[in-house]
Amino acid sequence: MDLYEYQGRDLFERHGLPVLAGGVATTPEEARAIAERLGGRVVVKAQVKVGGRGKAGGVKLTEGAEETVARATDILGMDIKGHTVHKVMITVTADVAEEYYFSYLLDRANRTFLCIASVAGGMDIEQVAAETPEKVVKAPIDANVGVDAATARRIVTQAGFPAEVADQAVEIAVDLWQAFVAEDATLVEVNPLAKTAEGGLLLLDAKISLDENAAFRHPDHEALVDQAAVDPLEQAAKEKDLNYVKLDGEVGIIGNGAGLVMSTLDVVAYAGERHGGVKPANFLDIGGGASAAVMANGLEIVLSDPAVKSVFVNVFGGITACDAVANGIVQALALLEQRGEKVTRPLVVRLDGNNAEAGRAILDGANNPLIQRVDTMDGAAERAAELAAAGV
Amino acid sequence: MAIWLTKDSKVIVQGMTGSEGSKHTRRMLAAGTDIVGGVNPRKAGTTVDFDGAQLPVFANVADAMRETGANVTVIFVPPQFTKGAVIEAIDAGISLAVVITEGVPVHDTAAFWAYNVAQGERTRIIGPNCPGIVSPGAANAGIIPADITGTGRIGLVSKSGTLTYQMMYELRDIGFSTCVGIGGDPIIGTTHIDALAAFEDDPDTDAIVMIGEIGGDAEERAAEFIKANVTKPVVGYIAGFTAPPGKTMGHAGAIISGSAGTAEAKKTALEAVGVKVGKTPTETARLMREIMSAG
Repeated sequence: MDLYEYQGRDLFERHGLPVLAGGVATTPEEARAIAERLGGRVVVKAQVKVGGRGKAGGVKLTEGAEETVARATDILGMDIKGHTVHKVMITVTADVAEEYYFSYLLDRANRTFLCIASVAGGMDIEQVAAETPEKVVKAPIDANVGVDAATARRIVTQAGFPAEVADQAVEIAVDLWQAFVAEDATLVEVNPLAKTAEGGLLLLDAKISLDENAAFRHPDHEALVDQAAVDPLEQAAKEKDLNYVKLDGEVGIIGNGAGLVMSTLDVVAYAGERHGGVKPANFLDIGGGASAAVMANGLEIVLSDPAVKSVFVNVFGGITACDAVANGIVQALALLEQRGEKVTRPLVVRLDGNNAEAGRAILDGANNPLIQRVDTMDGAAERAAELAAAGV
Repeated sequence: MAIWLTKDSKVIVQGMTGSEGSKHTRRMLAAGTDIVGGVNPRKAGTTVDFDGAQLPVFANVADAMRETGANVTVIFVPPQFTKGAVIEAIDAGISLAVVITEGVPVHDTAAFWAYNVAQGERTRIIGPNCPGIVSPGAANAGIIPADITGTGRIGLVSKSGTLTYQMMYELRDIGFSTCVGIGGDPIIGTTHIDALAAFEDDPDTDAIVMIGEIGGDAEERAAEFIKANVTKPVVGYIAGFTAPPGKTMGHAGAIISGSAGTAEAKKTALEAVGVKVGKTPTETARLMREIMSAG
């Protein structure tokens, strides 16, 4: 889960890291209250999870409550690269003398964590690393040792932080590591880590990703989910323990296992190239079980997307037996009808693996004109794309 | 022969008495695996009946190894206890730990991996969030259905569970030496490269299928490794060509971030070192079939 900047600022503040005083507003009136509380000059920043806010007019300096309300009114509701602004963060301003870069992140290749630090902050660190690699320090962090003052000192020295901020940089490096661990983050990036004209360091931006697998030890993280930005179908699926991702096509996809479903999306997209450019409408992994109830829930979610013109159910019976899946599909259709949601869009079903013959016989025996059985994955994708193209 | 798991492997199950653990213990036994016991500190000293096989329950991995000579553990404990279970297995010095558990926090995986490295990597860890390893006809450690395919001379390494099964099924008439599901988490104990190296050294493997998916750069690194170290033919498949950036597709590691981790980049890297990459699982199986029939 990626956090908004204001959530990152709050998180840093909770962990005792130096940030600018501020707050978040969803209405101009809330913006007024924050501006009055902070007093003086403030900056109003659009909260969107996309870069280029400044250029789009989503960041404004203001003086006094009236101007803050006016700018907040402009920015709230603004569209920045397809993201609607629902919130603005308002903070006091800082007189920045120098900009540095500091982050901790997951290093998949080396199966550990990495610290990246540079005194050339304020811009894209990948660009700095490409053009002037000598200005970027990349230090692997042992997960079981972490970052103590000595390690932090080594990184800060190696990165060439000026002597007058070195001690504070060390302290920030240690505190930031502790926040990274305590929150089960996979990324905390501070760019810029700014030196103010007065000489102190401030964390002026926050890019934070949290590990959803660690939710069980962070009940507070759920409140960080931006409900307004969650697709309603994805939310409904989550409540039913289904792993669903909404996409922009016409062929509904249901499968078992993340890899197989991803592969199914590809095979359908290739088939779509031959059938009017239809594409997969979603990712839905129903997992190993695939009982009638799970299948009914899955079908219900997929079919609630009005863009869906056909559904491809692609199941490889590994542990799950295909006859159970076939029964699940037949019963799911009956169940949906009972719920008053008569299914009218065709289902292409491919069953292979454990008890495939029995499963196929059940599908045939059901005599349901909506169910079309195709026994190969490529063939079934072709058929589902063809049906979707015809139904568009 | 096979890699890492053979008919001589003696297997214990951590979490054997749980619902998933007991279900799969039964399946592993049915596949002919020599399961010698389980671990559950609260039920130590008892035995569990698996269709007539009485399996002893031990307090910890070290006890189980001492009493049974076990050298492989399969871990089914819930995510909040996985780190502790793996560290216990590492401390006992077991050769192979297969971590099936899904949803392990990546800080926990990073911690047990760092611990394993600090102990000199005596333990090969597969997973977490993986289907396990099967050497058809010999032994099965994990949740891969053992009866999909027979014994043969293809080695298979894959990030994905059901895609592994699909590939085993497509090539079931030719058969496999060992199939390894390494899992799709951002940090995993055994990588594509580890499996490629083992298959290259295995006299009973003639060719290798490698299944990858979007996210990270493991496939790109595997391509470099193949170029320098693998003489046996390799066929590849990558899932997620049409996945949009920024959306996690089921596996915690399956996400395209920025320009990194796309299926196209992985395919290009593999093809550049002579790996044939199939567009679909079926086409990939066909490419392997051609290699095996030419061989």
